[in-house]
Formats: sequence, structure tokens, C-alpha cells
Amino acid sequence: MLPARFLSLFLVLFCVVSITFFLMRLSPGGPFDAERKLPPAIEHQLLLKYRLNGSLWQQYTDYLKDLLHGDLRLSTKYRNRSVAEILAQTLPVTFTLGTLSLLMALGFGLWIGAFAAARPHSLFDHCALHFALLAVSLPAFVLGPLLILFFSIWLHWLPVGGWGSFSQLLLPSITLALPFIAVIARLFRDQLREVLQDDFIRTAHAKGLSQRAIIYRHALRVAILPVISYTGPLAANLLTGSIVVETIFHIPGAGSFFVNSILNRDGFLLGGIVIVYCTLLIFCNFIIDIAYSRLDPRIK
Amino acid sequence: MPRSIRFSVFFLLGIVALLLIGPHFFPKSYAEPSSLPFASPSWQHWCGTDLNGRDLFYRMLTGGTISLLVGCAGAFITLLVGTFYGMVAGYVGGWCDAGMTRFIDILYSIPRLIFILIFINAFNERLQQSANDLGWSWLVGSSRILILIVSLGLIEWLTMARLVRGQTLSLKERPFVAAAQILGQRSIIILWRHIFPNLLGILMVTLTLSIPAVIIDEAFLSFLGLGVQAPMSSLGSLLAEGASAINPLRGAWWTLLFPALLLLLLLMTLNYLGNELREFHLKKRS
Repeated sequence: MLPARFLSLFLVLFCVVSITFFLMRLSPGGPFDAERKLPPAIEHQLLLKYRLNGSLWQQYTDYLKDLLHGDLRLSTKYRNRSVAEILAQTLPVTFTLGTLSLLMALGFGLWIGAFAAARPHSLFDHCALHFALLAVSLPAFVLGPLLILFFSIWLHWLPVGGWGSFSQLLLPSITLALPFIAVIARLFRDQLREVLQDDFIRTAHAKGLSQRAIIYRHALRVAILPVISYTGPLAANLLTGSIVVETIFHIPGAGSFFVNSILNRDGFLLGGIVIVYCTLLIFCNFIIDIAYSRLDPRIK
Repeated sequence: MPRSIRFSVFFLLGIVALLLIGPHFFPKSYAEPSSLPFASPSWQHWCGTDLNGRDLFYRMLTGGTISLLVGCAGAFITLLVGTFYGMVAGYVGGWCDAGMTRFIDILYSIPRLIFILIFINAFNERLQQSANDLGWSWLVGSSRILILIVSLGLIEWLTMARLVRGQTLSLKERPFVAAAQILGQRSIIILWRHIFPNLLGILMVTLTLSIPAVIIDEAFLSFLGLGVQAPMSSLGSLLAEGASAINPLRGAWWTLLFPALLLLLLLMTLNYLGNELREFHLKKRS
């Protein structure tokens, strides 16, 4: 089971790398057609170094070879900086933002979901339902600028953007996490309601356990499973969302470099970012799969 | 049919009518740049004007139409792909189903929008070039939006396929399918005549929920400046303009707030309608 999983993991990664490479090469212009040109000497050096005049197949195998040696190559736009260097600088920023948002989404989502499920059709439950509808319809690029408008420009409570202090972290992570708080709350609430109708819950009631103990000790363990399997897509969505959030709040993370690398046709940087993102997500899913089978003894 | 569904359908039709008919009530000059950049909302310009002095309300209506168009067309493509994929996976079963389901799981865990983003920007120029060579002038102007629609449809079909597969799996075991099989009908006929009509309910629900998903994706791309391109605008590109127009020195808040509200209203109506339809569908089935 585990070796097969590992094999499929590498197969997916290989596909991702190949697709990225050919997508990069699909555009008719070369990597040196950007508006702000590099000096011709440097251009020539890069051309020779990476044999960019060869056939497509040869360029592809060269690139794969370099990747296997752990070399993500040089950026064709930022002079004399390697892709690995840029990533080492920007990824920690993206991770901090992403991890904080993930924790917020899971924490608040589970809490709201459990609270609403314990009091069905109460005022809190109705409010949570409407909040979920609102938050799902508030993607990051709508919420982010609105939050800046209210809290930074009108109220002057929080900084407009940037990176470094805790107050600068607050608005971006809320922007990124809010829609997913809603999704998780909704998912968890519905699941918990369903589980609470099950026979083993009635048994627990008959044993004389309190409602609190039933929810937190018995129902939670079953109802949390769909949330765990949602964490995989959630991580992918957070990573996609971080691109736009970093742009809005002027955060020097990998996401803003991603957008620039497309506009600048900086192929190797683009490839590097996509490959690192996908590797990360694929491993993340691998861990989630293992956690899932540990928690659910029905899956072997 | 419950009141909430009827109400939200009427509300949605109202928004659509406003988007489609609204622009005709304004003078043509509202779409042109004028000497009034960043005029605040007034009786003449209900939502103010933008950087070039164009009427914002007018632009919101035309931009909203583009967003809605992309949303509906993209959702239709998810319907085609998702239904076909799901029905085949569910009906054939076995290792074929296992492989197809695994493929969906993998796609779910990959940031698909990122690949689509690269694809659109790489492929657009190539398409425009070949359209130029072939002399298809109509394609040159609208190539980007066509690629957008197709590629967004191609990333949002997963949920549709998953639901259709599950439904087909349970329908397959029903006696009327067995009867058709015994009568010697071909698989494709069974899928089309007997299974597909039973899927219509769930397809309607998922289609309604796919539209806002595609609208969000399109707005995401346009917000980054990588989706719909000027002179065309969608709610996403209007939002991007609005976001760049607000700063502590010059607070043209209307350029941000009004497009955001329109997008929010559109998404909320569609999501609400989808949720209510789903509840209704589940209640009817049980």
C-alpha cells in the first residue's frame, strides 16, 4: 500500500513538472521577449548555459536533469539571482501566511460548526448558516480590498499592507481564511447533525452521558473525518488564494513573484514556484491520507 | 416549490434583467472617457466615475454581464464534461471507476487554477496568431474570453463528476436498469434513456452552484490582470481598478465598494438559490 502510494506520488510530480515545462514553452515568444530586456551579453550567456537553441525534447531532458540535481536554474528576469535563492527568500513568508490561515480556518470552522450542531435551529445556528452563505460569496479579492477600505483607510486601525509585524499579518490571514471558515463550519455542522442521529449516540445517551461528553468524545471522532479529507483541497485553495492576497497587501511572498513571472515570461522562476507548490501539496495530501486511515479503522 | 426558491429565482431574474437592459437607458457618452475623473456619486453618475471619467454604474452593468456570461457558459461546459465523466465512471465500475475516481482526487489536491492561469496566457497568443493567419478576424478580439470560458469549465467539473458518479452508481442497481440490460439494450442507450433523465435533478442543483464558482475563478484571474483584458471589463477587473484607486491620499471608495457589492449580490443570490434547490431536491427524494 505505502510503496504504491509513494510511486503514484512521484508519478504525479513528474506529470506536474512535464506539464509546467510544456506550458511554459507553449507561448510563441521566448523568455527574453519581456518588455524590460536583459543586456544582450547576459542573454547570450543564459542561452548557451541552458542550450535554449536546441530542440524542444533536448531542452526538456536538460531541464529534468537539472531538476534531478536539485538545480532550479537562474531567473531570466532578475539578474544574477537563482530561482532557489528567490524561493528561499519568499517561501517562508507564504508559509507563515498559509499556515496561520489554515489554523484559523480549521479552528474557527470546527468551533462554529460544533457549536451550531449542538443547538440546532437556535439563533446561533441560523446566524452561522447565513454567515456561511455570506462568507462563501466573499472571495479574497473582494474581502481584502474591502477590509483595507474599512479598517485601514477609514478607521486607521491596521496598516494597509506590508510584512513584518503582527498587525500587518492580521488582515491578510483573515481575508484568506474567512471563506474556508464558512465551508468547514457548514461541512462539520451537517456531518455532526447526521452522526448525532446514529445508533451509537443513542446508546451513549442511554448510558447516561451528558450531551457535552457525547459530542466531544463520541460524535466528534466520526464527524471530523470529512473535514480531514477536505484539508487537502483546502491547502490547494489556500495556496491559490495566497497569490491574490499577497498582491493585495503587498506581501513579499512567492505568490507575487508568481504573477510577475507570468507577465515577465520568466519561465524558470515560474516553473520553480509551480513545482515547489505542487510538491508541497502532494506531500501534504500524502500525510492527510495517512492520518485519515489512522483515524478511521474502517479504511485499511 | 418553497417560497424561498421562487423568491430567489425572481430576484436573480431581476438582476439579470438589470444587467442586460440597464445599459440601454444611459446615453452612449457614459461609456466614453470624460473630463470628470473620480467624480463622487451624484444624481448624474449614481456610482461615481472611474479614473478616465467613465460612468461606473454603466461599467458595472456591462462588466456584470461579462461575468455572468462567462459563469453560465463555463458552468455549461462543466455540465457536459462532468456528466459524461461521472456517468461513465459510475456505470462501467471496477478498476476503470477506481482509476477515474483517483484521477479526480489528484486533480482536487493540485492548484488547478494556477495551471489554467499559465495555460491561458501561453495559449492566447498562439491562438490569436493562428486566427490571424487563417483570417478569422472575429476570433482575434474574443479569443481570450473564449479560452477563459473553456478552461474555467475544464477545471470546475470535478464536483459535478463526483456527484454524477455517485448517483449513477446507485441508479445502476435499480430494477429498471436491470430490465433494460436483460432486454439487450446497448450501454450507451441505457445511459442516455434510463439513467440520464434520473440525474436531471442533481444536475440542476450542481449547475446552479457551478455558476458562482466559475464567476469567482474568472474574477480571480481578471483581478490579477490575467483574465479579461481591456477594453472589455468584468467585475473582477473593475475590482482590481477599484483596489488600486483607494489609498489614504485619494479615497475613491466608490470605485471599489460598488463593484464589490454587485459581485457579492450576484454570488450570494446564486449560492442561496443553489443551496435551497439542494435542500428541496434532498427532501423530495427521501
